[in-house]
Amino acid sequence: MNVTRGFTGRPRVADPGLPPGQYDAGDDWPVLSAEVTPDLAPADWTFRVDGLVRAPRTWDWEEAHTLPESAYEGDIHCVTSWSKFGVRFGGVCLDAFLAAVRPEAAATHAVAYSHTGYTTSLPLADLTGGRAWIAWEYDGEPLAAEHGGPARLLVPHLYFWKSAKWIAGLRLLDHDEPGFWEQNGYHARGNPWEEQRYSGD
Amino acid sequence: MTEAFVAPSRAAAPPSGTFVPATRFAVPGRIAVNGRQASEWQTATLTEIRRETPLASTFRFAARAWAGHLPGQHLMLRLTADDGYTAQRHYSIASAPDDDGHIELTLDHVDGGEVSGWFHTTAEPGDEVEVRGPLSGFFAWPGDRPALLIGAGSGVVPLMSMVRHHRARGLDVPLRLVVSARAPEELIYARELGAETTRVFTRSAPLGVPVGRLGAAHLAPLLAEEPEGGWEAYVCGSNGFAEHASRLLVEAGQPVDRIRIERFG
Ligand SMILES: Cc1cc2nc3c(=O)[nH]c(=O)nc-3n(C[C@H](O)[C@H](O)[C@H](O)COP(=O)(O)OP(=O)(O)OC[C@H]3O[C@@H](n4cnc5c(N)ncnc54)[C@H](O)[C@@H]3O)c2cc1C
Repeated sequence: MNVTRGFTGRPRVADPGLPPGQYDAGDDWPVLSAEVTPDLAPADWTFRVDGLVRAPRTWDWEEAHTLPESAYEGDIHCVTSWSKFGVRFGGVCLDAFLAAVRPEAAATHAVAYSHTGYTTSLPLADLTGGRAWIAWEYDGEPLAAEHGGPARLLVPHLYFWKSAKWIAGLRLLDHDEPGFWEQNGYHARGNPWEEQRYSGD
Repeated sequence: MTEAFVAPSRAAAPPSGTFVPATRFAVPGRIAVNGRQASEWQTATLTEIRRETPLASTFRFAARAWAGHLPGQHLMLRLTADDGYTAQRHYSIASAPDDDGHIELTLDHVDGGEVSGWFHTTAEPGDEVEVRGPLSGFFAWPGDRPALLIGAGSGVVPLMSMVRHHRARGLDVPLRLVVSARAPEELIYARELGAETTRVFTRSAPLGVPVGRLGAAHLAPLLAEEPEGGWEAYVCGSNGFAEHASRLLVEAGQPVDRIRIERFG
């Protein structure tokens, strides 16, 4: 351990909800996208699931809203070290979309891509089982553009760069295909509880 | 359900090779990042502290194992308390790549800030901290394309690395810097800024210089230069500034896939 002379840090709060190396950002919700925030109206938003699926399909805003509503209430964790507790997102559980396209047995990974061209890669297992959403509401209000509105992917048990803003689609694959940050040195899975920030962690 | 709503990546992915969705916003990274350097902590020894403004200072480190970086990249810095508690934050690298085993960071003193507070109140030459990196190839500038740099506050830090690199190597490729600060005394690196720089002051300005926000009129003459190959724009600062500046660029005709943004959260 390399102790920094004279550094004490903030008072320790025993917080079982805080993954290692993270701090509680309180009411702040930092924005860290690397591209220009797109001017995307709900009417122009589409979401497609294809690749290793039996019935590739594209939903528009209204069609996506006919799927059963689902909410996430809990915490989110950003790789830049902030965590945000007790957030509330509304949308549709990704399982509902996946059930419609029927993934093939060979599908093991997915690339999520945005209307901006941003991509991120995830194991398919992290997108199923009620752990991932397409979210269009935050705290009961439409999701703001700078936070990914009209709709973003939400995978709250992984670092937040996996939760692609302005989500446009998922392509299911039989292998891992590194996305934007994954190609820029970040971890393939990004589990905050194991502090998987960078490739090699 | 019909297939009438065609997502941008409707075109089939190539059977092998990298997945690239065919969307008009895609901005590829500039360089590949070395995963080992990104994941290994190394010691950096503080050798010098220089005050830049009343709220910002530059911290110079000797980092023997530093593998080198490109202008625009950042690192992760970690402080450890004697009970093992750690705090880590990202910082842009202010110095140019060719600096003989040294790197420099410039930190704002954030009110109540855990890490910047330690640097501004406690740190002294000889102190050791840990760093890992360089990180992110996205905001890197290898010195190849014409660079239009726009920053506010400490957002000028990674852009200064680019300006210093441009000067140190005597590069011919066009480079312009636009910096926004509240007041002249808060302008970081003020003495180092030269003819390539447009200064914007939002609260108070030297006599004869207008006070006001970055606007289209500041960017128009720069965009009109139209260097060969076009500008690669690098925008850095708070999220509010990044949103404002990137919108001005898009409205002025700068292609979205030639705008790179680093937001300090
Ligand atoms: C890619 C990148 C590059 C960056 N480059 C630079 C740079 O070159 N220079 C620079 O100055 N900054 C830079 N930053 C910002 C930097 O990472 C830090 O966010 C900044 O230094 C503040 O950290 P801190 O520990 O001093 O403050 P923090 O302790 O993180 O506090 C920040 C604010 O939140 C409040 N706060 C946070 N947590 C708590 C808590 N638990 N209790 C009470 N209050 C709290 C503080 O009061 C303060 O107002 C960069 C950020 C990124 C993402």
